[in-house]
Amino acid sequence: MKKIILLFILLPFFANAQEDLLGELEKEKTKETDYTFATFKGTRLVNGHTIETKNAGSLEFIFQHRFGALDGGLYEMFGLDEAYVRLGLDYGITDNLSVSIGRNSADKIMDGYLKYKILKQSSGEKNMPFSITALGGAAYSISPKKDDEPEGFKSVDRLAYTGQLLIARKITSNLSLQLMPTFIHKNAVNKFAEKNDQIAIGFGGRLKVTKSVALTTEYYYRLDPPDNDLLASVGDEKRYNALGFGIDIETGGHVFQLVLTNTSSLTERTVITETNGDFFGGDIHLGFNVTRTFQLKKNK
Amino acid sequence: MKKLLILSLIFACLSAHAQKYVSEKSFVSFFSDALLEDITADNKKASSIINTATNDIAFSIPIKEFQFAKSLMQEHFNEKYMESDKYPKSTFQGKLNGFDMKSTSVQNVKATGKLTIHGVTKDVEIPGTIEVKDSKIYVKSKFIVKVADYKVEIPTVVFQNIAEQVEVTVDFVYKPQ
Repeated sequence: MKKIILLFILLPFFANAQEDLLGELEKEKTKETDYTFATFKGTRLVNGHTIETKNAGSLEFIFQHRFGALDGGLYEMFGLDEAYVRLGLDYGITDNLSVSIGRNSADKIMDGYLKYKILKQSSGEKNMPFSITALGGAAYSISPKKDDEPEGFKSVDRLAYTGQLLIARKITSNLSLQLMPTFIHKNAVNKFAEKNDQIAIGFGGRLKVTKSVALTTEYYYRLDPPDNDLLASVGDEKRYNALGFGIDIETGGHVFQLVLTNTSSLTERTVITETNGDFFGGDIHLGFNVTRTFQLKKNK
Repeated sequence: MKKLLILSLIFACLSAHAQKYVSEKSFVSFFSDALLEDITADNKKASSIINTATNDIAFSIPIKEFQFAKSLMQEHFNEKYMESDKYPKSTFQGKLNGFDMKSTSVQNVKATGKLTIHGVTKDVEIPGTIEVKDSKIYVKSKFIVKVADYKVEIPTVVFQNIAEQVEVTVDFVYKPQ
């Protein structure tokens, strides 16, 4: 009889050990930091950058393309007769630092950027609500030709600089939002109508529709834009805030971004401060960003 | 008699505790033989525990810790296939059948239990070997997992062929807890 009682007393110990092995494993684990990944599909949102950089050792070839305005009518084949291209390379030096160079046919601009991930959104041991990436870039316009330079034009006048903070949060696995305070300095402007230093705030986001398809949008609001009448008086075109919508389609190593935007150029200086299209007036350009990633250095 | 009872109770507690072995080294990898390129990834962050009194065994494998040669592949694995934000871990909980703690030779055993991948739990039987040496336990196993069994969907726009089954290799060393 007593043996049976003993058995009953002992039984829970065994039963308990049996049930909770997995629970025990969880307990043993020290709390770890879980870093958010894939806030955006690519390094570009629509025209501008996302917080994403390339991982160490991977090289991305980016082919960006903007047609003419859709309101060109049949004569212009709804913009398809005209096209601007940017060819670029982005390379991850480390997982947090990447460098990129490119050539844009609009204004014949050579550009280069450095992007550095300052903060990464994370939860767990270390809790960080946002990811922040800093971007610094320079753009050099090859146009006008040396022989066509106006009087007093120096080669430093061809340069413009961009400083940007890209602040993003992946709110759910499908929705990410981004804020982009941007500073642009242009070495040469028509001082009568425009300032050398210009500031804009960008807003953007992406919504995943399926595992491989996402909708994106991006808007750059200029805080102190030059007056359009003043610009007109010196023979410049009207300027607008840059707005764009896109569809990201991802297939293996490629990302295809199909975009509709009011700008036809592809560098920060021209997109943010020199967009000529009135989106709601029909100056909408169809465009593509196509990327292909190559892993140059394997991770192990 | 009372003393004996208390004594045996204490012993039962103590021995139950000493009968647990936890992983000190872990290695999980998978290999998939796809048309365009072979896909392989390693994970050294898994943890496991064996109760030698009951022959119970449990594994917990953090999905995000699988390391791929290509960063982009790792991102797709987590984001598109395994959805590791939603299902951060794969687990196994089961029993080791035919395991004798006292044997010193390499033993062929079968683990039967529940394998959970991508939030889907299946009853499985996994073959493997166990060796007890210098009060450590060595567990090795190789088995096939069918991707479709665990509702891992492959998006139709993916041009590259992804194999429908993957070979999983497990290599653990346990020490007394």
